[in-house]
Amino acid sequence: MNENNSVEGDSAEISLIERETQGLSQSQIVRKRFFRHRGAMVSIFVLTSIIGLVYSALDAKYFGVRIPGWWKYSIEDLPELTLGQCKDGLVGCPTLSVVPNFLGGNGVHLGDHPFGQDDIGRDYLALVMRGAQRSLMVTFIIGAIAGVIGTVVGAISGFYRGWIDAILMRFTDFIITVPTIIIGSVIGFHFGNLGVAFLAFYLGLFGWTGLSRLVRGEFLTLREREFVDAARVAGATNRRIIFKHILPNAVGIIIVSVTLLMSGAILLETALSYLGFGVVAPDVSLGSLISQYQESFTTRPWLFWYPGLFIIVIALSINFIGDGLRDAFDPRQRRRLTRKDRDRAKLGSKTGVQK
Amino acid sequence: MSEQVLKISDFNVDFWVDGVWYPAVIDMNLELNAGKVTAIVGESGSGKSTTALGLMSLLASNARMSGSVQVKQEEMLNANSATLRKFRGREVAYIFQEPMTALNPVYTIGFQIVETLRNHFDMGPTQAHERALELITLVDIPEPEKSINKYPHQLSGGQRQRAMIAQALACDPGLLVADEPTTALDVTVQAEILDLMRGLKDKLNSAILLITHDMGVVADMADEILVMKDGVTVERGSADQIFNNPQHPYTQQLLGAVPKLGSTKKRTMPYSESAKPAPVLKLTDVTIEYPKRGRIPAFTAVKNFNLEIYPGEIVGLVGESGSGKTTVGRASIGLLPIKTGSIEIVGKDISHATQKDLFSIRRHTGIVFQDPASSLNPRLPIGESIGEPIFLAKIAKGDALAHMIEDLLDQVELPRSYRNRYPHELSGGQRQRVGIARALALTPDLLIADEPTSALDVSVQARFLDLLQELQEKLKFACLFISHDLAVVDILSHRIAVMQNGLLVEEGDRDAILLNPKNDYTRRLISAVPVPDPAEQRIRREARLAAKK
Repeated sequence: MNENNSVEGDSAEISLIERETQGLSQSQIVRKRFFRHRGAMVSIFVLTSIIGLVYSALDAKYFGVRIPGWWKYSIEDLPELTLGQCKDGLVGCPTLSVVPNFLGGNGVHLGDHPFGQDDIGRDYLALVMRGAQRSLMVTFIIGAIAGVIGTVVGAISGFYRGWIDAILMRFTDFIITVPTIIIGSVIGFHFGNLGVAFLAFYLGLFGWTGLSRLVRGEFLTLREREFVDAARVAGATNRRIIFKHILPNAVGIIIVSVTLLMSGAILLETALSYLGFGVVAPDVSLGSLISQYQESFTTRPWLFWYPGLFIIVIALSINFIGDGLRDAFDPRQRRRLTRKDRDRAKLGSKTGVQK
Repeated sequence: MSEQVLKISDFNVDFWVDGVWYPAVIDMNLELNAGKVTAIVGESGSGKSTTALGLMSLLASNARMSGSVQVKQEEMLNANSATLRKFRGREVAYIFQEPMTALNPVYTIGFQIVETLRNHFDMGPTQAHERALELITLVDIPEPEKSINKYPHQLSGGQRQRAMIAQALACDPGLLVADEPTTALDVTVQAEILDLMRGLKDKLNSAILLITHDMGVVADMADEILVMKDGVTVERGSADQIFNNPQHPYTQQLLGAVPKLGSTKKRTMPYSESAKPAPVLKLTDVTIEYPKRGRIPAFTAVKNFNLEIYPGEIVGLVGESGSGKTTVGRASIGLLPIKTGSIEIVGKDISHATQKDLFSIRRHTGIVFQDPASSLNPRLPIGESIGEPIFLAKIAKGDALAHMIEDLLDQVELPRSYRNRYPHELSGGQRQRVGIARALALTPDLLIADEPTSALDVSVQARFLDLLQELQEKLKFACLFISHDLAVVDILSHRIAVMQNGLLVEEGDRDAILLNPKNDYTRRLISAVPVPDPAEQRIRREARLAAKK
């Protein structure tokens, strides 16, 4: 706190004091703290730019209206294989160059196929863009559906206990016993042509079990705390107690679990694509690109790099945003004792003894 | 001249927090001889526990210590871990505040004592077991052969503390450091533990470093006293000096803040005996049962309880832990269902009320909980916590609500700017004020205060009680004040009810109960309250011992 104030300067501090007596609601304070979290803000920026970049790259058709993309190739185009910047007799290398001339590079330019071409000559940038579209969609749909169902089921069974809890948890057990991969392949087999969004929706319906268990456990402990009684005495309804009082206290666990779930969704989709049920060719996803070209890792590594890079950046951004949310909800966040501090402390203790 | 056990000279402790060294103990000097008790007294944050932990280098890694700590002429500060291990348990033993957390719950107490013994001595298992049995007998745990195989949760609080003491005594240490050894215990148990510690000290000729905030305990035990404030030793002297002739203003203030039994003047009842108004709270033949859960049988916490509270009076409900007083308090505002009998609040029966009825009845009630840290939602700024009852009762919203919150904060003497703070940013006393502000938000006719001061320091407690009294005089609410501390109840209440094992054993005017108790249990409760006066404590102690024989 103090540090932030001094960094932001005096004017910010004065207005802060002026505003201090003004009442803020919990959500206002959480929002303020979230916007102050640098990592989360950067990640939101990165993620939105990726989404913008990825979705505007290719020609798309929404409600019958064709919107042209900024990239010249689509995933169906089959341009001739070019040499790119290949050296050892390979073809289809990336033409992207980021090292300027004066640093000994080839200058900054995109070239014809910035990410290279795959083995039959399709433009890899177009493939990666389409793959990222698909993966992002799968990730968010699974995360949102599983997150909501898991939280609600866990919250209700943890809060009400008794027979409601018993029924919901046995139902959860039942869902857990059915392997997701098999569900995915069955759904993919029967409804594969309905599209990826549909598949993701169904996977979301089966992916909430772990989260609901964690949330239930958290609710079981939190509901015994005195502030819940205090809220009840104040006249709060059960719904208000669950969503206003207990849920913000359980947010840490929910966010950690949902971000893991979302990163896991990318892998799940990859596994299903590998089985041939997720994203059906010629459509691609980041996962299917990686699994499709895993043999070419040594010979043509760029086929591996670009989808991998996108997966990492997306997963990291989601994690950082989750971190920011968790910190914003948890008022007790403090600056951690770094190793540098500890070294200084040790140094200090030595000099302290000598004096 | 007895042997010197502990010598602390120019002892300093600092903590490294956010890039700055914060001093916790400043230039502490202390000498302690065998068979003597030195007490370090101070309020929370004064550095007394830091001193105790610093003696054996048990502080967190961001602490730095300087000066010298000698135990039996050997330097402890910055000694290597082998030396420290040899001394810990063997020469210096600790008795911690909370025996439930200091004993490992998955091992029997016998195992834990044996472990200590075999760590320090070359001892066979049978031999160690015999010695452990001997120790358990020494600390007067009933049925030693059976108790040695019991787990901590199977023992009562007092027995757990005895087991802790047995473990601490395992190696006949020259120095016992007792860090608030009786704070978690009831007064009658506290008296027993203090007697035990005194007896053992004389028998084994150990020195005791007693750390406490309770002036009564100090008066009972200490030969010499150090008063600490913000890390500085402000006064030191013999027990008689400190209690009868305190020099430093802080010591005087500390002694002045200790509530004393029978020191308050007579209070006029808010109503006349002949024309009683209708009671605000009326409990008739209330029985409360905790239902059977798995293999744990049903437990009757309160039996046939009768109590009436009239407008404008404060009724103190006193009893030891487990007597059912909190249960009564919670049932009185409909947080717990009752089995038989009836509870009426302002003439409305709540025992069979629906959720909807309860909602309207609760507008007439407020409750202050025991632990302000747990009764305020840690994720909710306190302004919102205070305003919630008003908001939910649909009395005000938006700006009007903000104004009411400001008024409530003014009422409990908290700055308005605190409304955006989270509970953890406030001190214990401030949090409890927030608790009161919330309870009074709807200007209730009945306030239930469930041990609101038990987590507070004496001086904070004194201010808190003043505030509560002021508010009560201004707002004229009726109050059920639940406490284990008779002295606190004495200050506040018009009438007192005493509970034991779920039964109401005595009830009547404050003076009738305190000066002329009819019931044996009430008498025992009153005599066990430690008073901050060494001479008085000695007389009482002897009376207690005589009664035992």
